[in-house]
Amino acid sequence: MVNNINPGKKRSRYSAFQLFSKGLTQEDWPEIWSEPDMKDSYEVVIIGGGLHGLATAYYLAKNHGITDIAVIDKNYIGAGGSGRNTSILRSNYLTPEGVKFYDRSLKLYEQLSSELNFNLMFSQMGHMSLAHDDGGMRTMQWRAQVNQVQGVDSKVISPDEIKELVPYIDISKNTRYPVLGALYHPPGGTIRHDAVVWGYARAAHEMGVHIIQHTEVTGIDVENGRVTRVRTDKGNIATGTAVNCTAGWASLISDMAGVKMPVTTSPLQAAVTEPVKPFLGTVVVSGTLHVYVSQTDRGELVFGASVDPFTSYSMRGTLEFVEGLATNVLSLMPSLSKMRLLRQWAGLCDMTPDYSPIMGETEVEGFYVDVGWGTYGFKAGPVAGEAMAETIATGKRPEIIQGFGLDRFSSGQLVGEKGAAAVGH
Amino acid sequence: MMQINCPWCGLRNATEFKQHGEKPPRPDVANATREQWADYLYFRNNTWGVVKEQWFHSSGCRQFFMLHRDTFANKAIRSEGDVR
Repeated sequence: MVNNINPGKKRSRYSAFQLFSKGLTQEDWPEIWSEPDMKDSYEVVIIGGGLHGLATAYYLAKNHGITDIAVIDKNYIGAGGSGRNTSILRSNYLTPEGVKFYDRSLKLYEQLSSELNFNLMFSQMGHMSLAHDDGGMRTMQWRAQVNQVQGVDSKVISPDEIKELVPYIDISKNTRYPVLGALYHPPGGTIRHDAVVWGYARAAHEMGVHIIQHTEVTGIDVENGRVTRVRTDKGNIATGTAVNCTAGWASLISDMAGVKMPVTTSPLQAAVTEPVKPFLGTVVVSGTLHVYVSQTDRGELVFGASVDPFTSYSMRGTLEFVEGLATNVLSLMPSLSKMRLLRQWAGLCDMTPDYSPIMGETEVEGFYVDVGWGTYGFKAGPVAGEAMAETIATGKRPEIIQGFGLDRFSSGQLVGEKGAAAVGH
Repeated sequence: MMQINCPWCGLRNATEFKQHGEKPPRPDVANATREQWADYLYFRNNTWGVVKEQWFHSSGCRQFFMLHRDTFANKAIRSEGDVR
């Protein structure tokens, strides 16, 4: 262990000079966060050390001066959805609530590399959602209109324009699902998802946040309708505030506090191919074919799909998925038929009935949720963290997440985002 | 692939079936409150482990049945023809 640093201690910034001098001296880089001993009490305990948990901790410390925070994960940080998504960022949603929210997130992502002093490799390569039938074209037009009113760069383009951007795509009329047009969203793109998690962890750690890995939460004590304690397999923590940021496991954690969730857990599978020369300059998505494709900086193609057809907590990949994926990808880009898949994996998605998240307070005082992120949680990380931090610090949900409360299900004010949030419909 | 025992057709691949999920009791239409409706329509137990849920043999005999399934091991345990 080199230059072990304690939470709250300033360390040197990454810079071109540092890179140069380390290259000369061959010195090891210092660790970017340490594992402190868990204390008996914290002001805020965040359950789930993924992007959302760490971002919440970061913005609590940065914007509200609350640094007595523990972020607890039963695995290593970023082991769940944060490290399993296909790292696509975009803000071309369908409802005004959704567009405003994800656009704020994209704006935060654009600044994030310099803010965190960590190279997140954000590439705004553009994002294209294909339409294969009249219904699809109608939805794309609808989304383009909503996006433009909200000031988001988004428009419908023709098959010829698609072919110009992605020469390898098959736009002929005699395929089973001919390409009729696409919603093109230039600011969309991909980012390195692990770096986002590490960047937030490093910055939060620097401000004094304790990151506690490999520690499982086993219970939440509630007395007189208030959170009093979080139990873990390494000891108990007295706290007045617990935040549930556990995505696919959200129901299990909320159950501990006695809060029922309108959430079901489904696996979503993804796969990556061997690396090839750069040929795909935008993210290509097809809702009809349940697939999205992007090429990484290393040249691998990353494929994602819709959630599995039935709910499950199993993260094992299936052959049906690979077969279906290959069929769908090849009908879009037949020239990929000789590509070989390197690996496939699955992550757990906490799906809600309206495909919008559930954020804010619950009926148990001091128990907050930031769940229901389904298949779209990664792109919302920064804004979710910022809004949750404000909710926790001020006790009031900010305007931007007003529509996403748990109470919307009994008041009937659902935020129907399925047309833009999912590829499987 | 997970295989499911249809009470009418026998053991078949899971791709032949559609999950309809947990089947909470329908609230009394005349007197139910908003909360009861929300609970019935949206809120689910989302159990880790063995659940009893409704499935539909969509590419087979098109009958509904109840299935006991382990959501962690991803394994069908046993089926019941009685959907009530």
